[in-house]
Amino acid sequence: MLIKLTGGTVYDPAHRVNGRVHDLYIQDGRIVDPPAGARVDQEYDLRGMVVMAGAIDMHTHIGGGKVNIARTLLPEDHRADPVAHTEHLRSGCGHAAPSTLTTGYRYAEMGFTAAFEPAVLPVNARQAHMEMGDIPILDKGGYVMLGSDDFLLRMMHDGADQKAINDYVAFTLNASQCIGVKVVNPGGISAFKFNQRALDLDEEHTYYGVTPRQVLKVLATAVNELAVPHPLHVHGCNLGVPGNVETTLKTISGIEGLPIHLTHIQFHSYGTEGDFNFSSGAARIAEAINANPNVTVDVGQILFGQTVTASGDAMHQHANAGHAHPHKWVCMDIECDAGCGVVPFRYRDKNFVNALQWAIGLEIFLLVEDPWRVFLTTDHPNGAPFTSYPHLIRLLMDRSFRNEQLSRLHPEAQRMTTLASIEREYSLYEIAVMTRAAAAELVGLSDRGHLGAGAAADITVYVPDDDREKMFSRPKYVFKDGRLVVRDGQVVDVVWGTTHVVKPEYDPGIEKRLASYFDRYQTMKLDNFIIQADEISEDGRGSVTIHPCWGGRGV
Amino acid sequence: MRLTLHAVPEVPLEAEAICPDMLMGLSADKAAELPVFHGNEKARLGDFFSVQGEARDGTVTVEGDLSKVKLIGNGMSTGRLRIEGDVGAHLGAEMRGGEIVVTGNAGDWVGREMSGGRITIRGDAGHMVGCAVRGVPVGMLGGEIIVHGNAGNEVGHGMRRGLIAIGGDSGDFTGVSMKAGTVVVMGRLGMRPGAGMVRGTLISTQPAELLPTFNYDTTYRPPIIRTILIYLRKLGFTVEDLYLNGPYQRWSGDSIELNKGEILLYAGTRQ
Repeated sequence: MLIKLTGGTVYDPAHRVNGRVHDLYIQDGRIVDPPAGARVDQEYDLRGMVVMAGAIDMHTHIGGGKVNIARTLLPEDHRADPVAHTEHLRSGCGHAAPSTLTTGYRYAEMGFTAAFEPAVLPVNARQAHMEMGDIPILDKGGYVMLGSDDFLLRMMHDGADQKAINDYVAFTLNASQCIGVKVVNPGGISAFKFNQRALDLDEEHTYYGVTPRQVLKVLATAVNELAVPHPLHVHGCNLGVPGNVETTLKTISGIEGLPIHLTHIQFHSYGTEGDFNFSSGAARIAEAINANPNVTVDVGQILFGQTVTASGDAMHQHANAGHAHPHKWVCMDIECDAGCGVVPFRYRDKNFVNALQWAIGLEIFLLVEDPWRVFLTTDHPNGAPFTSYPHLIRLLMDRSFRNEQLSRLHPEAQRMTTLASIEREYSLYEIAVMTRAAAAELVGLSDRGHLGAGAAADITVYVPDDDREKMFSRPKYVFKDGRLVVRDGQVVDVVWGTTHVVKPEYDPGIEKRLASYFDRYQTMKLDNFIIQADEISEDGRGSVTIHPCWGGRGV
Repeated sequence: MRLTLHAVPEVPLEAEAICPDMLMGLSADKAAELPVFHGNEKARLGDFFSVQGEARDGTVTVEGDLSKVKLIGNGMSTGRLRIEGDVGAHLGAEMRGGEIVVTGNAGDWVGREMSGGRITIRGDAGHMVGCAVRGVPVGMLGGEIIVHGNAGNEVGHGMRRGLIAIGGDSGDFTGVSMKAGTVVVMGRLGMRPGAGMVRGTLISTQPAELLPTFNYDTTYRPPIIRTILIYLRKLGFTVEDLYLNGPYQRWSGDSIELNKGEILLYAGTRQ
């Protein structure tokens, strides 16, 4: 079947198309070149409308143990936001931690067609995949979490060579069916289990004698040498601690040119100036990002309201537990791999720290010059639920709206930020870069995030509106793999996306070593630890798409 | 208006429509068109009830075995609802005013999170009378729940204001996590009464086994008990004279919390 999208204004940054009117053709779920003389089966008149590829959220917590813990912990979150079933859709509930099906519907209704879970614990990866397998419409994938696991720290303690570590990283990527590697508070989650309550970049783990800097170095090197397209995904040291801007700057300089992605950088950009000993380090961070082309960031913007923070960083979730709202929280030890902490939280605009966090996030968005290296996230649900993306886009695209919002915040926070003086407004092209083209490239998807011939027909069509929040919260059409799934902001058809993975090669010798390690220390055998592709596809909905290890944008 | 159950639902029926706020001013035909949920299927009130008359003054009578009918009087703010027979769960949930009288027994969650009005159960009530739902710290915010028979577990869980009176025995965890308010049990308290209570008063005329985190203060004759019991006698409770003026032990607790709650246990002679 040949579908023609006629007369839309196309924004396709991967091909440097900035608002040019042209037609698109879809055949068998793919975008094709205009076929000569073929009969068009269906035509959509998109004159006056904005056409982009489907949006990609490259960092959102939508699967895995911590999300389920958040759901279990917060029945009031379900109660406050019930969703009734309709003819096409199943029921669900939840605002900060919505149920799987509702997650898929809501993402699609905002024009998103892919989302990546950034904290898949190897030992818990099966559950993460099963949960993501229950999210409709979206393509998904995960970044497997290493860096606080006993096996790696042991290897480093014993002085294992980089080749062995590469094998271990490659094996874990294969076994957990993931597309990238993430490190959370490198070594710190493990240090927390050994009663350390902080671990700075050059501080030694009391048991293994390893520093976070070394962990970052070996993992970034491993990811680079394995040519995994997605650079090492780093949730750095000292999350949320005032003064952590120094640590973040040292992390950037200490990685020595290796490609890294610093995630939710807003939480790592705090200074200690001012009466409250809390200030913005956004300008210095943005300067460092602008100067280091090997570094990409996503922001982790906070937006005001009730949410829940779910993180593998048990150390800092433990430290923040006193701020829990409502007053309850969970901290977990997850075998030899890591830990996790879930703390419900309400960001308030009249609170100095929260107000300044909001401003810091926006400062980073606006001061980082290259939209190809800064990504639109709220670190769902840690900064705000993903449903607030349209609001965030409006804050970026509309200076007067931004300043009007700023004027309502805690007055001291307004004095401590330069946000009001920043004139930059994002263009539609730049939004398309950060949410489509650059995100696909960063994750390593060659056939998504653009509208060239051969790309998957994940397409979002918006009706232009001066109120960008309205425009981005209600697309006119969303196509997923060539099928119309959303019309006028409502899901009209449910399809199932694929799971994107990479399969770097490794020396099978590592499996033998791991087998005896698993027999001795883990709750499961190595054979059960390894997730087969069949397990993802056997329910008839999911599938696995393997992407080549082409090295990514590299440096 | 009179509603008579003519078809017993196979699975629980969620009938938020049976509430004077919704029915007042409606003709019988209009009322029969109101939506109810039979399991997960939407149905009409008239599919299960025959409707007669109008509710001009806000008086609605419902009869039949309603033990599978839930959420009757949900969010009710005015009028009178009389239920002749047994009734299902969540009766008078989030009720703000008006009066509900049940001649038979009631299911679980009677007066969940209610903030005003009065619910009277002539028979027994299930678990979670005047409770908070799971995950919410505060339950009943005001009003009265009067149960003539026995009640199940967790009576007044998280209660902050109002009165709950049980004519018979109550189950385990009576007054658990109470923030304030009054619970009177004429019969025996179950296990662990007042566990985690912050403030509030729990009164019983029978001996009870208390948690070790409750401390004995004194034995005295609090005049408020006389006031409360005379009030309950007017509402139809059988209250013997010796309980009106008799001595009561005062225990304070729960000391794992603020220790500002009290349990008053009758300590006089019995005949």
